Amino acid sequence: MSDRPRGPAFYVLAAFFAGFVVFLYGPTLTILVLSFQGPQGGLTFPLNGVSTHWFSKLWAGVGVVDIWAALWRSLKLGLVVMVLTVVLAFFAGLAFRKHFRGEGALFTTAVASLIVPSIVVSLGIGLEFRLLDDAMKAAAAATGWGWLQDHGTLMGLYSSALGAHLTWTLPFGLLIMFAVFNRFSPAYEEAARDLGATGGQTLRHVVVPILAPSLVGVALFGFTLSFDELARTSQAIGGRNTLPLELQGLTTTVTTPEIYALGTLTTAMSLAVIGLALATGLWLEKRKAR
Amino acid sequence: MDVELIRLTKRYGGTAAVDGIDLKIRSGDYCCLLGPSGCGKTTTLRMIGGHETVTSGDVVIGPRAVGDAAPSERGTAMMFQSYALFPHLNCRDNVAFSLKMRGIGKAERRTKAMAMLDLVQMSHLAERLPAQLSGGQQQRVALARALVTGPKVLLLDEPLSALDPFLRVRMRTELKRIQKELGLTFIHVTHSQEEAMALSDLAVVMNGGRIEQAGTPRDVFERPASAFVAKFIGGHNIIALPGEAPIAVRADRMRLGAQAGAAARPARIVSVEYQGSTVHVGLEADGMSEAGPLTAILDDDAFAANPVALGETVPLGWDAEAAHRLSA
Repeated sequence: MSDRPRGPAFYVLAAFFAGFVVFLYGPTLTILVLSFQGPQGGLTFPLNGVSTHWFSKLWAGVGVVDIWAALWRSLKLGLVVMVLTVVLAFFAGLAFRKHFRGEGALFTTAVASLIVPSIVVSLGIGLEFRLLDDAMKAAAAATGWGWLQDHGTLMGLYSSALGAHLTWTLPFGLLIMFAVFNRFSPAYEEAARDLGATGGQTLRHVVVPILAPSLVGVALFGFTLSFDELARTSQAIGGRNTLPLELQGLTTTVTTPEIYALGTLTTAMSLAVIGLALATGLWLEKRKAR
Repeated sequence: MDVELIRLTKRYGGTAAVDGIDLKIRSGDYCCLLGPSGCGKTTTLRMIGGHETVTSGDVVIGPRAVGDAAPSERGTAMMFQSYALFPHLNCRDNVAFSLKMRGIGKAERRTKAMAMLDLVQMSHLAERLPAQLSGGQQQRVALARALVTGPKVLLLDEPLSALDPFLRVRMRTELKRIQKELGLTFIHVTHSQEEAMALSDLAVVMNGGRIEQAGTPRDVFERPASAFVAKFIGGHNIIALPGEAPIAVRADRMRLGAQAGAAARPARIVSVEYQGSTVHVGLEADGMSEAGPLTAILDDDAFAANPVALGETVPLGWDAEAAHRLSA
């Protein structure tokens, strides 16, 4: 550290950074504070007393909407998306390292879906599934099979919504794995082969353990992207909504700080997921050092 | 085990990285593949180890041509340039890795790994992770890991280049000790002629994918086969007198002043560098060399008895028997 006096650049940059932090976390903090609004308080400041009134109301249920079921659906979908993102991105990253004909075109195709507007992707998925449903109905009519007749729509949490989320998380996962493999020396795999490890053993005992922290990162990223996702899900969800979709619906119908309590809870959940991931990372480090 | 290369070739697209080389390395020899970067020495090593496919020709290890056999089926083990120690395993588990892959039980593989770490004097740090070790210590662990598989031939890819000069000399001695102790064939890639001279029973100088010369270090130094070898091995002047084939003369066989002999030519002194036991004198003489100034290495007493100074012009010659005719 130098003991020269700090120049004006330091103060300008510090002020800029402070502004950035306020802009980043200010809204969340406002919601956090307002969620503890007193029972007589409204949607805006000032605080009319401090209470956990709105949390208990939330616990009792928000009108006709089953918010806890929506939360549970979002969690489950997030976990499935997370696992698929990690597995597919990892193996895609491995494949791209081998180099093959048309790899540039394939990579561009995979990543370009990020620049297609989310709502368009969602509409497209919705239309695709309508076509599939029509085809199924036609098949049901033609064959007369009962089990086909009873099928309503193919759209659902683990079909159209899952696909919609993967269009969002996979390109990001792939980009991260590219960066990860860029820094991963092939000498480790060569050494493993030299020491008699098979391909499978090399993956299991060398590549995956070395990359474990990065894989946890991809998992975390995949989960949070899915847990937050709104636009891509909107037209592709089928009958039962995810939490963000329910929240969006509530903003137009709920006029009490209950919605803030819900916001605080979901934020806490995201933080818990990140905390869990960091703890896992630390635990892995510890195990390594043992 | 003997290692023999027969017309060994590696082509990348149209260019030959290794261009039909023949070489025989006797069992128990310390062989150094020496040359500038891009000369094909590392590619040759990797083909011997099975980490690079062979375009044509054969690698014969012991009694059989190894063809496309996997690295672990060749009786070779490789020590990688960056050591490639697995960062998530401690020293003991790094060394025991190959035994684990073969399904050897925990107790047995740990005992064997510790014995190997003993050989390289690293058993006291067995629990450390690679990141907690110095470069020299990492190298010892990498050596133990390569040796634990019981190879007959050890392949070393620039094993000393990552170490500081002091450690490099120490590890060099260590490598030679272990090689002699175990009676293994070592094939060691290096770009340092000093390293090759110090270590090898068989020094192989490579250039442009071909072998320029293979022989004992003394052979190579006394009788460089080509101007390239003479230049690369150092300590030589390449002298091309008009109308004569080029010759190599060791810098310490150059003579100045009264000792220069009858065939001496006038040369201007362009540098004088005191080195302790010797003095390096740089000289420029018209029509003797195309590649910059010549060097004469004089004993310090000889120099002190007949000192010369920068800018002086002195007669320059050499012992007649020191002139070595070059092929090209």
